[in-house]
Amino acid sequence: MQQHPPAIEATDLTKVFGRFTAVDRVSFTVQPGEIFGFLGPNGAGKSTTIRMLCGLLSSSSGTARVGGHDINRDPDRVRQCIGYMSQRFSLYRDLTVAENLMFFGGVYGLANRALRDRTAEVMRVTNLAGIESHITGTLSGAVQQRLALACAILHQPSILFLDEPTSGVDPVSRRLFWELIQDLASQGTTILITTHFLDEAEFCARIGLISAGRLVSLGTPATVKASVSEDVFELSVGDLSDAIDRLKTDPAILATACFGPRLHAYCRRGAFTADSLRVKLGAAGVPATAIRPVLLSLEDAFMRLVVPAAQPAAGSSV
Amino acid sequence: MRRFLAILKKEFRQIRRDPLSLGMLVFLPALLLIMYGYALSFDVRHISVGVLDHDRTRASRAFLDSLFGNPYFDRILTLERSSEVDVAIARGTVRCVLVIPTGFAAALERGDETAIQAIVDASDATLGSTAIGYLEQLAARATQQARLERLAPAGAAATLPVVTPEFRVWFNPELQSARFLVPGLIAILMMLSAVVATSLSMVREKERETMEQLIVSPVRPIELILGKTLPYVAICLVTMTLVLSLGYVLFGVVIRGSFLWLSVATLLFLFAALGLGVLISTVTRSQLMAFQIAALVSILPSVILSGLFFPIRNMPLVIQAVTVIVVPKYFISALRKIILKAAPFDTLWPEFLAMFALGLAFYALAIRRTRKAA
Repeated sequence: MQQHPPAIEATDLTKVFGRFTAVDRVSFTVQPGEIFGFLGPNGAGKSTTIRMLCGLLSSSSGTARVGGHDINRDPDRVRQCIGYMSQRFSLYRDLTVAENLMFFGGVYGLANRALRDRTAEVMRVTNLAGIESHITGTLSGAVQQRLALACAILHQPSILFLDEPTSGVDPVSRRLFWELIQDLASQGTTILITTHFLDEAEFCARIGLISAGRLVSLGTPATVKASVSEDVFELSVGDLSDAIDRLKTDPAILATACFGPRLHAYCRRGAFTADSLRVKLGAAGVPATAIRPVLLSLEDAFMRLVVPAAQPAAGSSV
Repeated sequence: MRRFLAILKKEFRQIRRDPLSLGMLVFLPALLLIMYGYALSFDVRHISVGVLDHDRTRASRAFLDSLFGNPYFDRILTLERSSEVDVAIARGTVRCVLVIPTGFAAALERGDETAIQAIVDASDATLGSTAIGYLEQLAARATQQARLERLAPAGAAATLPVVTPEFRVWFNPELQSARFLVPGLIAILMMLSAVVATSLSMVREKERETMEQLIVSPVRPIELILGKTLPYVAICLVTMTLVLSLGYVLFGVVIRGSFLWLSVATLLFLFAALGLGVLISTVTRSQLMAFQIAALVSILPSVILSGLFFPIRNMPLVIQAVTVIVVPKYFISALRKIILKAAPFDTLWPEFLAMFALGLAFYALAIRRTRKAA
């Protein structure tokens, strides 16, 4: 993997807004052709990091190289080799699909034949053919999402930054969108994507878990899960909040989290078995109808790794 | 160049797709010119006058008749008693009451000095002072007339020395304020539409976050700003042509000067005005805010500090210093020189230079701020 220089290399990247540190010494590398996912609750610093890498924000300290170019010293070179798509699908709503593509192509210096060929190509890839003359503002979110992606890849960038591209899009369209992303990656495009949908992490070769501006875990989804060495038990109980209160009192039970009608209890490794936990709960006056050990999911890891204040936002987004 | 052309093309497309805004940009200044052109006038005519003749002689009636029969005074009321004067003025029935004292004819007959009283409603200062001026002139003429009549029988008329100033009023012979106001109005209206249009078009990109998409692209700030402002230069030129035509058709404002210098003045003015619009867009985030700031920054100084209504040389020095950056001040001055005086280039270059310098300053600041945003 190391024979190529990394596509993205961030070193202690930091952004301070006044007294608030939005991004705190974040370091990571992304290899060419890799899909790297940035996961974290809202406000954790995902977008701020991506915006610094794209040159939309200057960094307060630290450095990064994108496509081999320093983002602070050589922003123009960086701009030539990146594509960027934000969650708001920054398109001209009053222009047609074709006009949007023509414009963004022109902005990247494409013209005439090359522009026409590339436009036709990306429309085919993103399944936009046939709606060239539709006004963008009248299209559904999913179509606008594909058009925004089409605009971002017109100039064949080697690195693509996608800032929450799947928010506000239905699950079927989300899956189709990920297929597009995986195709692009298989053709060698490096992809850095932020999301707060944890299920999307499974599509990423590696993920970075970001919380309160810090990168709290980095690696493949499996290694991120493995970094939490705790036993997880899934409980079905009558009164959730009462159960949570009672579970908290045991020092071996490190945390709890609600998953729909069930409860996950995170316990110090080896502290309990399903049976011993049932006994303990029964003694504490919490009759559990079912207790079973479960494999730690990425969502569990997320719950344990992000700072407690951010937990509600994370739990709600699955 | 391709990037610039792409932006230019896109901007024209967007403008075309929004006919309402385009219409506002072209026809609103024309509409406002018509409204203000007719409503705003410093010419004082048809002042309503009441007359209270205590003398009731042939001489007093003759004197009064000599005051009317011109466009300035209309005799609309004849009063009978002094007590009616207050009421007539207070109600606003008349702006002025002339009182001829008893013994007016007798005094004239004797050759004594006599006074008539003029009560003027100066709640409108312009109207009041103009009325007084007219009255003084008319009274002087009546006096001279009376003297001549008195001396005529003695055959001495030819020997009475009289100095009459003969005025040659240049550039605006009828002293119509429209001639003077229309170029100023044009400047203000152009300022408003140019600044508002560009700032809105720039801020729209920010609001829709398409600006981010442009910032991450290789587009340079100068390409972006030129590509986005040039279409508005074109539109503003159309607007300018329209308002100048209207000025000619409706208000008889003829362009005496050269169209070349008029075009140069307009282009330099647009350069500065659009620069200001772009600069405003760099400090605002929403179209609403941009509109408010643009309207404030373009109208208020244009009206108050441009010399259109209030002469700049009468202002306190600090305010005079502030007017240095008021773009319409130079445009108004240049337009008046070109339209009314047919002034040659050697009297116009200070205005040209000032507008060019201000435009450069605005663009330089705007580009710097756009870079910073990046």
